[in-house]
Amino acid sequence: MKRQITVTLNGQPRTDEVEPRLLLIHYLREVAGLTGPHIGCETSICGACTVELDGKAVKSCALFAVQADGRSVLTIEGLASDGTLHPVQEAFWNEHGLQCGYCTPGMIMAAKQLLERNPAPTDQEIRHGIEGNLCRCTGYQHIVNAVRAASATMR
Amino acid sequence: MATTITKTETLVGKRIRRREDPRLITGTATYVDDIKLPGMHHACIVRSPHAAAWIKGIDLSQLKDMPGVVAVFTGADTKDVGPVPCGASLPGLRVPHHRILATDRVYYVGHAVAVVVATDRYIARDAADKIEVDYDPLPAVADPEKALEPDAPAVHPEWPDNIAFNYHQEGGDVNKAFEEAEVVLKQRITSQRLIPTPMETRGVVADWKPGDKSLTIYSSTQIPHLLRTLVAGMLGLPEHKTRVITPEVGGGFGCKLNVYAEEALMGFVAMKIGKPVKWIESRRENCLTTIHGRGHVDYFEIAAKRDGTILGMKLKLIQDLGAYHQLLTPAIPTLSVLMMPGLYRFRNVVADIVGVFTNCVPTDAYRGAGRPEATHGIERMVDLLAAELRMDPAEIRLKNFIQPEEFPFATATGLIYDSGQYDLPLKKALDIAGYARLREEQAAARKQGRLVGIGIATYGEICAFGPSPATPAGGWESATVKIDPDGRVTVMTGASPHGQGEETTFAQIAADELGIDIDDVVVVHGDTAVVQYGIGTFGSRGTAVGGPALYYALQQLKAKIKRFGSMLLDSSDVTYGAGRCVCAKTGKSVSLAQIAAASYRAMKLPENTEPGMQATYFWEPPNFTFPFGAHLVVTEVDRETGAIEVQRYVAVDDCGKIINPLLVDGQVHGGVAQGLGQALFEQAVYDETGQLLSGELTDYAVPKASMMPWIESHHTETPSPVNPLGVKGVGEAGTIGCSPAVVNSVVDALSPLGVRHLDMPLTPEKIWKIVNA
Repeated sequence: MKRQITVTLNGQPRTDEVEPRLLLIHYLREVAGLTGPHIGCETSICGACTVELDGKAVKSCALFAVQADGRSVLTIEGLASDGTLHPVQEAFWNEHGLQCGYCTPGMIMAAKQLLERNPAPTDQEIRHGIEGNLCRCTGYQHIVNAVRAASATMR
Repeated sequence: MATTITKTETLVGKRIRRREDPRLITGTATYVDDIKLPGMHHACIVRSPHAAAWIKGIDLSQLKDMPGVVAVFTGADTKDVGPVPCGASLPGLRVPHHRILATDRVYYVGHAVAVVVATDRYIARDAADKIEVDYDPLPAVADPEKALEPDAPAVHPEWPDNIAFNYHQEGGDVNKAFEEAEVVLKQRITSQRLIPTPMETRGVVADWKPGDKSLTIYSSTQIPHLLRTLVAGMLGLPEHKTRVITPEVGGGFGCKLNVYAEEALMGFVAMKIGKPVKWIESRRENCLTTIHGRGHVDYFEIAAKRDGTILGMKLKLIQDLGAYHQLLTPAIPTLSVLMMPGLYRFRNVVADIVGVFTNCVPTDAYRGAGRPEATHGIERMVDLLAAELRMDPAEIRLKNFIQPEEFPFATATGLIYDSGQYDLPLKKALDIAGYARLREEQAAARKQGRLVGIGIATYGEICAFGPSPATPAGGWESATVKIDPDGRVTVMTGASPHGQGEETTFAQIAADELGIDIDDVVVVHGDTAVVQYGIGTFGSRGTAVGGPALYYALQQLKAKIKRFGSMLLDSSDVTYGAGRCVCAKTGKSVSLAQIAAASYRAMKLPENTEPGMQATYFWEPPNFTFPFGAHLVVTEVDRETGAIEVQRYVAVDDCGKIINPLLVDGQVHGGVAQGLGQALFEQAVYDETGQLLSGELTDYAVPKASMMPWIESHHTETPSPVNPLGVKGVGEAGTIGCSPAVVNSVVDALSPLGVRHLDMPLTPEKIWKIVNA
């Protein structure tokens, strides 16, 4: 039996009929057409699917779409405004914080959340803060540089 | 961080931020799973839970009335497709027939048995669960040394000894070297199976166009053209009606340098149902069925004089092949043998490889592909020798290095090393680390009972694969450069980059050669209907083979630009630079856009010159390149927990001329992360029945940010004479240098406890047991 949900997606409300078992990541990618968040593991280890739910970073492969009913979701696609990149996006670009780019949308969302909680993290706090997001390309060093640089811009 | 570039500067050698990034950081890039075609169906594959079993029957009756289920196929339906190709040939190689779906027997956990197709991903998954396969389990063997025992279960009944091949290579006079030796040391050294784990798993979309009888395959691959050739062959299609599109690829590291059953299987399904079909590998499937790396048990022997001069080396290499040969499976350990002399002068080498079938997923190329295993062994042996002779590990290496005046250097394994100053990275690493002071600090720490180690590894690589006669499928690379009538430039590279950043580095090369703005260059790749035939990106070859192809295409085009410039300026004395042709006498000039427009308008043509402004070059490299470097690692072992803290990581890598230092550092960091993963954390664990115990990211320890040390990345630049850019390649350097440096460091830390050798991964449990024994 499908259920109706209303979700504010990147600032725009939308209503859909979904199966109760539909994962939030599949709702975002296949129903709403937001393919920025990726699926890397299906077990909430890798964080490629990270989005914000009511302002909190969540792994959207570990939530059902129905759990987002009446709430707002921010994905990587909603981060830049009026063609201006978010400082975290800009910093990932400047610091070469990505290679294949697959983990990047989730990593950027996790980094944004980290900086909102802790605007001036130490390197160790950055590494701890993005521990829930795996990257196989960069060895994380340029990601740490990017988060540090974004922290400086945002303060 | 990236530097800002003014328009007049040359770009090669600068830290330029990547041109591929805007789409990636905004979530607007297209990976395979982002592709949605009209009428697209979804496939789910039923896989064996047994490592070895007869298939007695497959019951599909529960699918009959399932809404949304469109088709199901088993091995009986697909037995005319394929086989999955092995591109490597060795004398006497036993090649099992590798069907795209198992027919009567399964050979490893994860072996594909059936495929079900539905209108929706969830329905396909539900349907797969309703397929009942009746198995009759058989004894299995997962350990390659156990597989060689006389009473071991036969992986393939037709070859009861489980041996796929024996391979022998020798150079010099090893017996004499070992007779003359004053010291001979032996050590068994393993390089454990690893799961490559790109963050994007594999995925395929196949689209059959019945009207044209043409098939398009979208696949997350490193080799679109080779995939097209081989899949077309598997499906019996002509190549010109088969198109492979490689969208964004979320990491490869060698595991997507392959042709997999699923790529042909989706083509088969699309042709059968007449609709596009998508299959996306789950992470569990990725762990079970995408190739693994390494899988060595190596028995090394080293012969030396008491002054530390290495005389020769012997190796018996047991390669765990898994149940089948994937594209390059049997060839990978032969690269280990080629690499055996390392950076050292000794010329007496003998190696014997036994390729062993096991009831596991095949091994194949994973970052470094045979060279990390060899380097790990050599560098462990050199450290064992240093310890035996009470020599400093840096000193023994410096004593044995090939000297700069000896290049080109012919090795005992038949290679010609191109160029090198092997002492430079090591001396630089020692200097940066403050080696003498570190040793003093270590001595002081030991007095306090602390377990502090300093490890060094120096490495050489065989890169830029490679001269065609030395490769299974052609080792050249191609580039097309076209200049449109407005003077804007498109580069099409046959290399198929997937994270390395060639959209940036190749644009740097083209912009410099043509003297134009980098924004006026785009780099296109990964579509066989658009890009001329190419080989792909692997073996640190993208820039080192693809780069020169681009360079020569640009030279051809520059000659043509000058012919048009000469005609337009009515002068035989013209020069080209900064995007303009200039007449030396009059100072008059025409822009690249004017020249390009004139070449297409073709009102008048220079003598013997075609209209248009486009050139294609296929570059055959005359040799491999041989990057080298030195890594130095300081570790401390926690006696209470067995945990290892990496306190310093100094990497000095020489990859020849550097096109973009920002990207080179990124490659080194990522390589080190994968080397460190092998040294400390990662292991594909099969139990004795062939069940994979590390089959999810919950159980397979990919390094997290908090597990990585800060890497002090430095370089020396020794140009390669093999290509006009002087580049050598850097993709695998970090991985190759890392694991021996880390293990040497931890062995050094534990040496006061009498430890001589440790096998990877150095998990806290393993170390704690040693410390508290």
